[in-house]
Amino acid sequence: MSVFIIRRLLQSVVVIWVMSLLVFGGVYLIGDPIDMLINPEADQEDIDAAIRALGLDKPITEQYWFFLINAVKGDLGSSFIFNEPALQLILARMPATMELAFAALFLSIVLGIPLGMWAGLHPNSLSGRSIMTGSILGFSLPSFWVGIMFIMFFAVVLGVLPSGGRGETTEFLGLQVSFLSWKGLSYILLPAINLALFKLSLVIRLSRAGTQEVIHQDYIKFARAKGISEKRVILVHVLKNIMIPVVTILGLEFGSVIAFAVVTETVFAWPGMGKLIIESIDQLDRPVIVAYLMIIVFMFIVINLVVDILYSVLDPRVRLQDVKA
Amino acid sequence: MEGEIPTLAVEGLKTFFFTKLGVAQAVNGVSFTVRKGEVVGLVGESGSGKSVTGFSLIGLVDPPGRVVEGKILFRGEDLAQADEDRMRSLRGRRIAMIFQDPMMTLNPVLRIDTQMIEAVRAHEKISEGDARIRARDALVQVGIPSPDERLKAYPHQFSGGMRQRVAIATALLHKPDLIIADEPTTALDVTIQGQILHEVQKLCRETGMSLIWITHDLSVVAGLADRICVMYAGKIVEKGKISDVLDSPLHPYTNGLIGSVPSHNRRGQPLAQIPGMTPSLLNLPQGCAFHPRCPRAGASCLVEPDITEPAKSDHQVRCVNPHLETS
Ligand SMILES: Nc1ncnc2c1ncn2[C@@H]1O[C@H](COP(=O)(O)OP(=O)(O)OP(=O)(O)O)[C@@H](O)[C@H]1O
Ligand code: SF4
Ligand SMILES: [Mg+2]
Repeated sequence: MSVFIIRRLLQSVVVIWVMSLLVFGGVYLIGDPIDMLINPEADQEDIDAAIRALGLDKPITEQYWFFLINAVKGDLGSSFIFNEPALQLILARMPATMELAFAALFLSIVLGIPLGMWAGLHPNSLSGRSIMTGSILGFSLPSFWVGIMFIMFFAVVLGVLPSGGRGETTEFLGLQVSFLSWKGLSYILLPAINLALFKLSLVIRLSRAGTQEVIHQDYIKFARAKGISEKRVILVHVLKNIMIPVVTILGLEFGSVIAFAVVTETVFAWPGMGKLIIESIDQLDRPVIVAYLMIIVFMFIVINLVVDILYSVLDPRVRLQDVKA
Repeated sequence: MEGEIPTLAVEGLKTFFFTKLGVAQAVNGVSFTVRKGEVVGLVGESGSGKSVTGFSLIGLVDPPGRVVEGKILFRGEDLAQADEDRMRSLRGRRIAMIFQDPMMTLNPVLRIDTQMIEAVRAHEKISEGDARIRARDALVQVGIPSPDERLKAYPHQFSGGMRQRVAIATALLHKPDLIIADEPTTALDVTIQGQILHEVQKLCRETGMSLIWITHDLSVVAGLADRICVMYAGKIVEKGKISDVLDSPLHPYTNGLIGSVPSHNRRGQPLAQIPGMTPSLLNLPQGCAFHPRCPRAGASCLVEPDITEPAKSDHQVRCVNPHLETS
């Protein structure tokens, strides 16, 4: 197990380095921030001074080298706009995004698995087919449009839920969270459902496919032949088997939940990293963009590692292979 | 023995599958009895309806299949009329079943103890600790070494033969009156197969339970069964005492089956094969379903033959032109 983890960590370092090259190069290509940053009436001397101050007069290789040295020290540069360390700027907004992402993940699991299993057990019933139709809609409707419809319906027409923002937060383990107060919940509900829709549809499909496959296995028939209750057959024998692919895939998809949060946060004015990155791209605030992308890459790597470990905990067959390896 | 209620008496059982392509008459009027302590072999080619017969007995026919007709008298009670609760309470307690592929019968993500303890507690309100002791004793009974340790293992940590022993131990937990064994040794290699056969036979004698042994391999039941039913295309075509059927088969199909088993006294001769294939259940030949493959077929075979009245020691056949001259 530990050999496996060390090997994975070394691979991760290489991946992060390659990504830093791509991200830095890519951001360099998308445009020159000077035009955006400088007062159009400034004279050439001011412009040159600003360019030097931001380090933009150096060749790109040198800029990258500086970036890399500082990055290893934990400094991803300072925002051109806010004049604050980019990392700090992003980390300050991370809890809001994380809470939203976890809320979406939670909804996908607690709704998706039962709905998917139901559809798998009753594939020809009206309810089963409605669930599957719903999941197709969840897959295909654009997230921003659904978000806007949510706001129209619940905030504008019915007026029962706020249209955006995060509202009040409660302190929990040193973090500001929404889910501990009714008021906070009312703010997070719509964006969380909006963000969850795609993953919810995915979980429904995975659970249904898994249920339909598992339910025909001999071990389910054998379980029934033992005379155990149908409830136990479904909740223990079937559920435990379909949890493996669902948890694995959902875990791997968690990174993309955070990435998708960009859209939801923009629609619902949710003060998270996604909203920040959209604003930073607008203003070509290179250090923030680079720092954001690096953090996302880092998170993907951590998530994959955690999922692999979790997978081996859930599936005894994988556990054994690791011990041997 | 005479007059005693048999453990199982199946009468005119029909189990059909209502598929999109048509109705598959997988079990089409099957009757047989299993007396207390008796081993009955159910033999036939792949697709002849052996497994479906077994599943019908415990009420576990997969949809779109269902028992459409007939009686399943288990110690006098008709299970074809029993509700699901009643069936559940009989399954695993009074009637147990073991399946063909031991690699697939145990849930891969649950430990052996979980799977055996739940089987005990499905029918008896006893503590988990007591249930564990029962599970452990059952493992000992089927010859699994260090049972306490093995209980904590997962199925993939067992060999195929060991898994089948676990399945048999599970079937034995409640000392059932009847065990239905659906080709439980087919997936195992020959030495393990022999060991398991030997042990099952011993267990049957010791406990007095009845056994239905399903197989496509005549040589397996030859040394095991007291009586044998030969199935073809959903019907029993011949049944009787094992010695009668093997020594003087009446049905051309049984004769063909015996001819295709390697044996010592015919060494050197090529094995006879039954020509052709099992017919599709959706498109059965008219009359005797075996006639396209039968060497003795004649015009009279286009009319469905009835099974004969029990003649000498219950030996019955469903054929208009049986091998009477050889017996
Ligand atoms: N789930 C099902 N859906 C439709 N038809 C089925 C189903 N299960 C069985 N059948 C039909 O019943 C027939 C008999 O199947 P069964 O499993 O009883 O054969 P078998 O004698 O046990 O053969 P094998 O030696 O291959 O196990 C099959 O040929 C098939 O036509
Ligand atoms: S009835 Fe005719 S076709 Fe059928 S087994 Fe007998 S002889 Fe052959
Ligand atoms: Mg079978």
